[in-house]
Amino acid sequence: MHELSIVSSVVDSVIESLEKYPGARVVEVRLRVGALAAVVEDSLQFCYELAARETPLEGSRLVVKIVPVMVHCAACGRDGELENLQSFRCPYCGEPAGDVRAGREMEIEAVEIEEAEKSAAG
Amino acid sequence: MTTRIVELRQGILKKNDELARELRGRFTAAGVLVLNLVSSPGTGKTAFLERTLRELRAGGARVAALVGDLETDNDARRLAASGAPVRQINTHGICHLEAEMVGRHLESWDGVELGALDYLFIENVGNLVCPSSYDLGERIRVALLSVTEGEDKPLKYPTLFNSADAAVVTKMDIAEAVGFDRDAALSNIREIRPGIRIFETSAKTGAGMAEWLGYLKEQRG
Repeated sequence: MHELSIVSSVVDSVIESLEKYPGARVVEVRLRVGALAAVVEDSLQFCYELAARETPLEGSRLVVKIVPVMVHCAACGRDGELENLQSFRCPYCGEPAGDVRAGREMEIEAVEIEEAEKSAAG
Repeated sequence: MTTRIVELRQGILKKNDELARELRGRFTAAGVLVLNLVSSPGTGKTAFLERTLRELRAGGARVAALVGDLETDNDARRLAASGAPVRQINTHGICHLEAEMVGRHLESWDGVELGALDYLFIENVGNLVCPSSYDLGERIRVALLSVTEGEDKPLKYPTLFNSADAAVVTKMDIAEAVGFDRDAALSNIREIRPGIRIFETSAKTGAGMAEWLGYLKEQRG
């Protein structure tokens, strides 16, 4: 299980991105994770709570959007969504299709934050 | 309070990916072919690699190996019997190798210069899940599967088998004794990775090694 190292990288990157927003609190972190990325959402959620503890991310939501696997078929030239990960075949013509065009992503898409109130003078 | 959405669109493993890209550049510039060997624990990566190192050396090639394990340097000692320079990476609980570990161990490896090598093998920690996410800068990722593991393993671990450039079936010498269904295993590997090169080998008898060594030579170009 490498989900803890993955969410630790997420927490570090989010903290880095908060430098421009001093005092901000994180409400939600949105990830895009490919169905072929070898991570389990439950484990991500569980590890996220641990990794977020005592950081500006503590108590925030982790939203994981799963990106389906898209393959390009050399035989018929089309891109299609893989129906199951146990068979890399073109959904249209059934020929073997190993050219993966999407579904391996592991990306932080966006972070929702609550900014600290600016003072009246500022 | 004002709520704001900050768009990041940034790879989670960005640091690893950047380091891996840097390593790949160095490997290419040095003219060394780097392979990352991945399998379950017990597939026989070490025995296969030891034979590979020995045969490559006998043919005059300059080879070295990095070997990852959670603890102990047992595998490094086994591989060193081939006569090749070998360095152990202990991950102390981490279930995969990362580009940073590879870079750090290369940096401080006395007597081993990338430019003086033809092949560098990286034996990953035995694990069929986590190593697939971490690029080590290798040119070729090799997935290994032994005849004792069940022919459906590629279907159970599609992420890893799909990311491999070559597959090696090990322990072919006991295939018959364990009732290995060769056709099913090969067709399952191809179902996950159409067109992949598959080598059926035995580190014990040397079966299939000639084809494997031929492939390495061809990849070095």
